[in-house]
Amino acid sequence: MTTLTAKDKQTVKAFWAKVSGKSEDIGADAVARMLVVYPQTKIYFSHWPDQSPNSPAARKHGITVMMGVGDAVTKMDDLKEGLKELSQLHAFTLRVDPGNFKILSHNILVVMAVMFPTDFTPEVHVSLDKFLAAVSLALSEKYR
Amino acid sequence: MPENSVSADLQTGSDKMVEWTDFERDTIKDIFSRIEYDVVGPAALARCLVVYPWTQRYFGGFGNLYNAAAIKGNPMVSKHGTTIMHGLDRAVKNLDDIENTYTELSVLHSEKLHVDPDNFKLLADCVTIVVAAQLGKEFTGEVQAAFQKFLAVVVSSLGRQYH
Repeated sequence: MTTLTAKDKQTVKAFWAKVSGKSEDIGADAVARMLVVYPQTKIYFSHWPDQSPNSPAARKHGITVMMGVGDAVTKMDDLKEGLKELSQLHAFTLRVDPGNFKILSHNILVVMAVMFPTDFTPEVHVSLDKFLAAVSLALSEKYR
Repeated sequence: MPENSVSADLQTGSDKMVEWTDFERDTIKDIFSRIEYDVVGPAALARCLVVYPWTQRYFGGFGNLYNAAAIKGNPMVSKHGTTIMHGLDRAVKNLDDIENTYTELSVLHSEKLHVDPDNFKLLADCVTIVVAAQLGKEFTGEVQAAFQKFLAVVVSSLGRQYH
């Protein structure tokens, strides 16, 4: 399910080249939506004084996440190796339940549809969905 | 089959009614009054068949589904996509009794069409994506939450008569 074909990689790289200029807005909106639509995800941010979806902390976190996604695009030929340290962080420090990676991925896809309706074709959607699933899997690598 | 969808799972027992806030009711009705069924339906079903290609198993009689272009141009896919939107419309008009509204459709999908109910969630996610693309910035987080809640109730009701 998560083996990226050459076509997937090419599609993701081309789409990322088009959208990465807005990566901060994409990340901020994806995290904001996640906090609103899946309120259970707020438990990971109980240390934020302001847990509202448009708070500075939420925006900053969205930016951080999308920087990670952008980094993963450059490492897509070996995500397991490339995301090794991030996996350790999520496994041992953050201990985010991996089910939440799917939730955030879904919201990234929704934001792509909102911001890039003509570019986010079904072909781009399937490759990006596969890529985000592969990233999620690599992030889960060190959990157990 | 690994789970692919993140539409919320909702338990709707026959003695439990889904409660809708005014915002949710207004939002759902507003969305359905604005979208074009014969644009959103075909686009959502085509997207589902492309993004989750195993769903093509239910459309063996639809002819050419060989690639994304063929799927998007397939008139049977378009027609069925529109049919699905009209099916959703029934729930919009019966928000307080979606479960009973879909009893027959649930039996149909189980007994005659033999659709794996996990696939309803996949289609629901594609409907969400297409509606998001249509509404753009107006598809806020709050609107998304209401819309996904609606679809989750629909999905749950369609799965109710399976045994």
